[in-house]
Order: sequence, then structure tokens, then C-alpha cells
Amino acid sequence: MFTITGLKYRSILDIQSLTIDRPVSCITGPSGSGKTTLLRCLNRLCEPDEGVILYNGMDIARTDPVMLRRQIVMLGQSPVLYDGTIGDNLQIGLRFAQKPAASRDRLLEVLAGVGLQKSPDEECQTLSGGERQRLCLARVLLMDAKVYLLDEPSSALDKETERFVIENLASFVRGRGKELILVTHSPEVAGMYPGAQIRLSGGRTEGYGDEQ
Amino acid sequence: MNSNQSSVMDLPVLSLALAYVFVLVLLVIFRSRGIRRERQILIATTRMTIQLTVMGYILMYVFQNPSWWLTLIMLLIMLGFAIFNAQKRVKLPLSRPLRRLMGLSMLCGYLCTALIFLLLVLRIRPWFNPQYCIPVSGMIIGNAMTGISLGANKLCNGMKEQRPKIENSLMLGASPAAAAKEIVNDAFDSAILPTMNNMLTMGIVSLPGMMTGQILSGTFPLTAIKYQIGIMLAILGCTAITVVLFVTLGYKTFFTSGAALKLEETV
Repeated sequence: MFTITGLKYRSILDIQSLTIDRPVSCITGPSGSGKTTLLRCLNRLCEPDEGVILYNGMDIARTDPVMLRRQIVMLGQSPVLYDGTIGDNLQIGLRFAQKPAASRDRLLEVLAGVGLQKSPDEECQTLSGGERQRLCLARVLLMDAKVYLLDEPSSALDKETERFVIENLASFVRGRGKELILVTHSPEVAGMYPGAQIRLSGGRTEGYGDEQ
Repeated sequence: MNSNQSSVMDLPVLSLALAYVFVLVLLVIFRSRGIRRERQILIATTRMTIQLTVMGYILMYVFQNPSWWLTLIMLLIMLGFAIFNAQKRVKLPLSRPLRRLMGLSMLCGYLCTALIFLLLVLRIRPWFNPQYCIPVSGMIIGNAMTGISLGANKLCNGMKEQRPKIENSLMLGASPAAAAKEIVNDAFDSAILPTMNNMLTMGIVSLPGMMTGQILSGTFPLTAIKYQIGIMLAILGCTAITVVLFVTLGYKTFFTSGAALKLEETV
């Protein structure tokens, strides 16, 4: 759970007060409204000019940023793949976070969870845009973080796959007591969580949609 | 070391002047092909002639009046110029901390190598003996300069082009060191590679300048190659120390204290 007060970042964000306390929250809003920047502030990829962000009551500016990012993992907007096979690309997150490598069964399980019927031994070059996006999503899910910050995780997916992936994601998060904050442009995804929308506009927000 | 051989033939100035015929050849080629480079070749030839002549007189003076402070001034000028030149060869804008680090790395690399090579291997006495100290230092510093400018180019380019990948690694909980590891290793590799390649062909394709010079001045070839082997190892050492210091500390200047990438415009 995040509590944000007086957050300012350049001329992009200006949030007086915001609490993010649902298992699943959607950040929506027009392009350039500061959605990605808000996500980046939550795991200290951007340092705010002013304001305080508390994560479970703890000021994140006073925590070790690398340790924080291992609990609050983020998935960026455009998929980034590393050299090697699908398996290498899945394991690299665990390696960066200095966690033990996952078993082959676990890799297959997490690939199935994002609807990717591929072998971990396959090379990544031939993957399509949508497949790359799902591979990157699988990589962060494998990391077993406490909070997932996902920046448009379904932008390159067709409607059917999008629904499948997002539903799996939400049940994974709820089943394991984790939190999910996702930025989305998709009305379908936002529509799946009508009470959990945070609308940003011009860097400002007042809180969840159902409270306004 | 020259005592046992006939000393080198002196080169009369008039004979030397004949060598300028090569410049004339080049001028004729430029003129006939319509390449507008006459001015540059004249400037380059003139500068080379003047710079070397001045250096010759300076070295004559320094050799005839050996003193620790004259040697030190010469070394400082060489180092200063090498640092300035290495910075100039980097095509991307360099941040102030990175510039400073370049200078410090070259200074450290040179001092470590000079201490070992000049004082323990060559055992020159006194330590400032200009006949050895100045030319050997010049070779070491010159090669370290090429190495660090290659390394710096690779590091800056890598940090700029691989930005999305580095940032993605940070998002996955990587430390800045882990996120930049590949780029740092690549930069180190590309800085060391020319020296290693040079060592591979040495003696087969090329007889290196220092060795050629010693042989021309009457040194036994076997003595000359011992010096050449020593200097090659010293060059390798100095380049390695200089570049490893620079890249392993230099990548840090691209990150904030909060382990995030600095905004591009502030790097």
C-alpha cells in the first residue's frame, strides 16, 4: 500500500494526496498525463522534487533503492530482451535480484500463465511483438515480488489474449496476497476493475474513481 | 649500450631536405586530382618539422642539464597534453566528473607503471635520468591515451544506446554495477584490444619504432628486443590500469545516488 502526499516531479506530476491500497489498481488517463512517471516514482527510478511516498508506512526515499526494487518490481512499456534463450530471459530477473534460479517446471508454468506456448530452450529472435511483451511479463511474475508495477502490459496483445493475461494476472495477485498497479490505455482492461481506477490528468489526481 | 657498435651516421640537413620530395609528390597528386588538401598537407609538414625541431633542442638541453625538476616538468606537460587529447577524442559530450576521472586514471596508471618499469625493471639511476625517463614515459603515456579514449568512447556510447536495457535491469532489481556490467566489460575490452593485436604481429609484420631506433643508433638487436619486450609489457600494464580504473569508476557517474539512471541531459 502506497500513501503519497505533496508529490511533485518537474512539471509532469503534481499530486496532493493519493492512497493506493487495493490489490489491483488501474492508472488511466490521456497520453502525457504522468502515468508512467508516477509508476517510476513508486520504485525510485524517478526521484520526486518534492513530497513523500510511503510504502507500508515506510518512506521509500530512505530505503535502499535496489532492495526496494526487488520488492516492487516494474515492467516497462516496451519489451526489453537480453541475449540468449527464452529460459535465459526468464531467469535473468531472478539473477539480477540475487534470488535462486527457477526450476524448468516453474518456467513452463509461468509461460503458460501468460499464454505463451514456447519452450524455454527456444531463442528469442523469432518472437513477435506480443510474444515479447508476454515473455517480459512472465519474467517479472517469476520474481515473486510483493508489488508489481506494470506499464501497459497488454498494449501489443489482441483483445482475447489481453483478457486471458489480465485475468490470470489478477488471480495470481489476489491468490498470493500481492499488489498490482497497472497503467493502461485499454478501456477493456480498465473496465475489468471499475472500482479501482486512478485517473490522472495533467499530472493531477484525486484518488480512486469510485470515491470521486 | 651503444659502446660496442659503430655510432649512428649523422644525417646532414641537406640530405634530410631531400626527403621533402615525398611531400612534393603528394602535392602533385592532390593538384592533378583536384583534391583540395594542399593547405593541410603544408601545415601538417610544417608543424611536424617545427615541433620535432623544438623538441630536439629541448631534449638536448634537458639531457645536458639533467635535473629532477626539468624531467618532472616534461612529464607533466606530456601527461597534461595526453589527458587533454584523450578527452578531445571522445565524440560524445563528457561530464565534468568523467573528465576528472580520465585525468586521474591516466595519472594513476602512469605512476604505477613508471614506478615498476623505470625503477625496478630498468633500474635507472638517478630516477629522473632524462635519457630513459622521458622517451619511455612518452611511449607508455601515448598508448594509455589511445586506450582510454577508445574505452571512454565505448562507455559513453554504450550508456547512451543501451539506456532502455540498463533501465530495465534496474526495474528488475539489478544493482547499477550489474546493470552496466556488460558495457563496462565491452569498454575495457575495446581499449585493450589494439595493444594485444599489436603484440600478436610484432616482430613479424612490424619492427616497432623504439627497437628500430635503437638498432639504427648501433644497439645490438638482442639488446633492442629486450627493451622492446619490456616496453610492450609496460604499455599493456599502463593501459590496463588506466582503463580499468576509468571504466569501473566511470560507469557510476551515469547513475544517481538513488541507483537510477541520470536524466540524459544532465549526464
